[in-house]
Amino acid sequence: MTEITTEKARIGAPSAQPFIDGFTEEGENLSPLNSGTATSTAPEKAPSAGPLAGASAKSHSHGGGVGIPDSSRAGRLTSYKLADFKPLTGLEEDWRFTPLKRLRGLHTEVLSGTAPSVDVTAPAGVVVETVGRDDRRIGSAAIPEDRVSANAWENFTEATVITVAAELQLDGEVSVLLTGTSTEASAQHIVIVAERFSKSRIVLDHQGSAIVSENVEILVEDGAELTVISLQEWNDDAVHASSQQAKLGRDAKFKHIVVSLGGDVVRMTPSTRFTAPGAEAEMFGLYFADAGQHLEQRLFVDHAVANCKSNVLYKGALQGRNAHTVWVGDVLIRKEAEGTDTYEANRNLVLTDGARADSVPNLEIETGLIEGAGHASATGRFDDEHLFYLMARGIPEDVARRLVVRGFLNEIIQQIKVPALEERLTEAVERELAASDN
Amino acid sequence: MSTLEIKDLHVSIETEQGTKEILKGVSLTIKTGETHAIMGPNGSGKSTLASTIAGHPRYNVTRGTITLDGEDVLAMSVDQRARAGVFLAMQYPVEVPGVTMTNFLRTAKTAIDGEAPALRTWTKDVKAAMQQLRIDADFAQRNVNEGFSGGEKKRVEILQLELFKPKFAVLDETDSGLDVDALKVVSEGVNRAHATGNMGTLLITHYTRILRYIKPDFVHVFVDGQVVEEGGPELADRLEEEGYDRYAKGAGAATIAAAAAAQA
Repeated sequence: MTEITTEKARIGAPSAQPFIDGFTEEGENLSPLNSGTATSTAPEKAPSAGPLAGASAKSHSHGGGVGIPDSSRAGRLTSYKLADFKPLTGLEEDWRFTPLKRLRGLHTEVLSGTAPSVDVTAPAGVVVETVGRDDRRIGSAAIPEDRVSANAWENFTEATVITVAAELQLDGEVSVLLTGTSTEASAQHIVIVAERFSKSRIVLDHQGSAIVSENVEILVEDGAELTVISLQEWNDDAVHASSQQAKLGRDAKFKHIVVSLGGDVVRMTPSTRFTAPGAEAEMFGLYFADAGQHLEQRLFVDHAVANCKSNVLYKGALQGRNAHTVWVGDVLIRKEAEGTDTYEANRNLVLTDGARADSVPNLEIETGLIEGAGHASATGRFDDEHLFYLMARGIPEDVARRLVVRGFLNEIIQQIKVPALEERLTEAVERELAASDN
Repeated sequence: MSTLEIKDLHVSIETEQGTKEILKGVSLTIKTGETHAIMGPNGSGKSTLASTIAGHPRYNVTRGTITLDGEDVLAMSVDQRARAGVFLAMQYPVEVPGVTMTNFLRTAKTAIDGEAPALRTWTKDVKAAMQQLRIDADFAQRNVNEGFSGGEKKRVEILQLELFKPKFAVLDETDSGLDVDALKVVSEGVNRAHATGNMGTLLITHYTRILRYIKPDFVHVFVDGQVVEEGGPELADRLEEEGYDRYAKGAGAATIAAAAAAQA
């Protein structure tokens, strides 16, 4: 109890220690991409050597550094109306890492372009509908938390609703192929409903070229078990913002896996809200940023009720000049959420110079009567000394690199449990590696 | 029977102050079955010799040759050298993220032998070797060197030595930072590998302590990038008693003089 109070007190306090060697205190510096004065010295130096776990995981600081109001995550503005959100400046806490200039109008324009086409392949018992804005299920699980999401909400014309019938146990997965063919800013809306005691797995497979803001509402009803896998294998020019909000009923089990590989800017904001006790959420993520790519993920786990569990693990690899990844994990344990058990971690592996990984794990605890709460972040570097060590054991350079990256990312890939998909992603990761063997 | 031959080796590194020559003409011949100890004070170039043999990119060979049974080692890449049979037990083994020991050992063994080891015997071999070196079984599932203590890292280096069965082992200050128990365990491992009769050993050390457990056939004293004295095991005993002071010259002598003055 005492410890936890101390923890709470420390939240928001600037740490004397740099978060990761080579980084400044989180929150202190705005992304040079967004700083108005544009002294824009793109970060040249990758975070320096350190193990991915162990010692470096111990040294960390907490969210809300200097210059950022120490406000609770619970207090963030939510609204279905675009007008309620002020225009973005890039100084906002939740946009400070995002290169707004590369959003291609997702935050400023009317999203009237053609959204990626939606092709659903589903086993029997799954109902797929295309509905209008007035469908009663729209808004059942989500409410926009930022301007880009609200912009999509205001502009989408039709939504795809996927319903897994009560007590249906699916063997195969529901495949949702979203193919982008237009580069005009567009809005997309998907609703997934896993009815009571159903068990299913749904894959959102994003491909092609698109400028799209997407809202995915996920309703996991009492006793249902649902896995949602969101793959971002876009072409190099795609810009994608995706708010994926899940609402969990009593004893529901939800697993969310984000895999971001392709696209110019991909910004995922998945969240899980517990509404009744006994539910469990696992949120996994894998991202691999190449030169120039910006891959951002901002999580929110809202423990609003008692006796729920959550576990978050995101792993990222970066290689190439100006490859940039952002991970921000917000976990909120509200006063009512006694008996909560939660852990969140982010691991990054920097493979070359000139890449930058930002990682901010935030944990807010408003009750001491919990089972456990932990957070960790570590960014390690694969450098010449690692390479020398492996090569000095007879392992050729390309094999050595693959060994390290595959080993690192496999932990997430094996969570997918769709063999064909796991294989496809393993190959995709190998391609990412090969692409920058320059 | 193999021969590792180092002839007139000159090695320099790039520093902020410019190019600095560290090895100034080192010649050394090691044959299968022999153990050579290289001893010398800090900064004498001992570790540079080890890293140069393994092919660390930081060190530039400006003159001289290294050959393994007549093959030009300097022309080989780092991994080729390892596959040719040269093993370097590192002074500071790095932590390799994302790769488990099991995966690493199997991948390296496959690379060195040119074929994957038979799974059943390999697993047994690894387990037995780990046991002999008193390495916990759960290390197999941990990432290479990640979170290992200094002593554990050194034991894992010797584990690799025993499993990879190189023609020549270069042990770069494997003894430093070890307590007596760990030193014994590590020495036993080296002696086991040596006892197979198929390996030559180049033992680099600052202290004579390890030579109580690993008996050298030859002792070479390194000072300022050169071998200044060579002899049999008796030379190590003499060093134990007298230290390196008598080799000091130039700046070294001045330091000694100053120290003597301070004492007086």
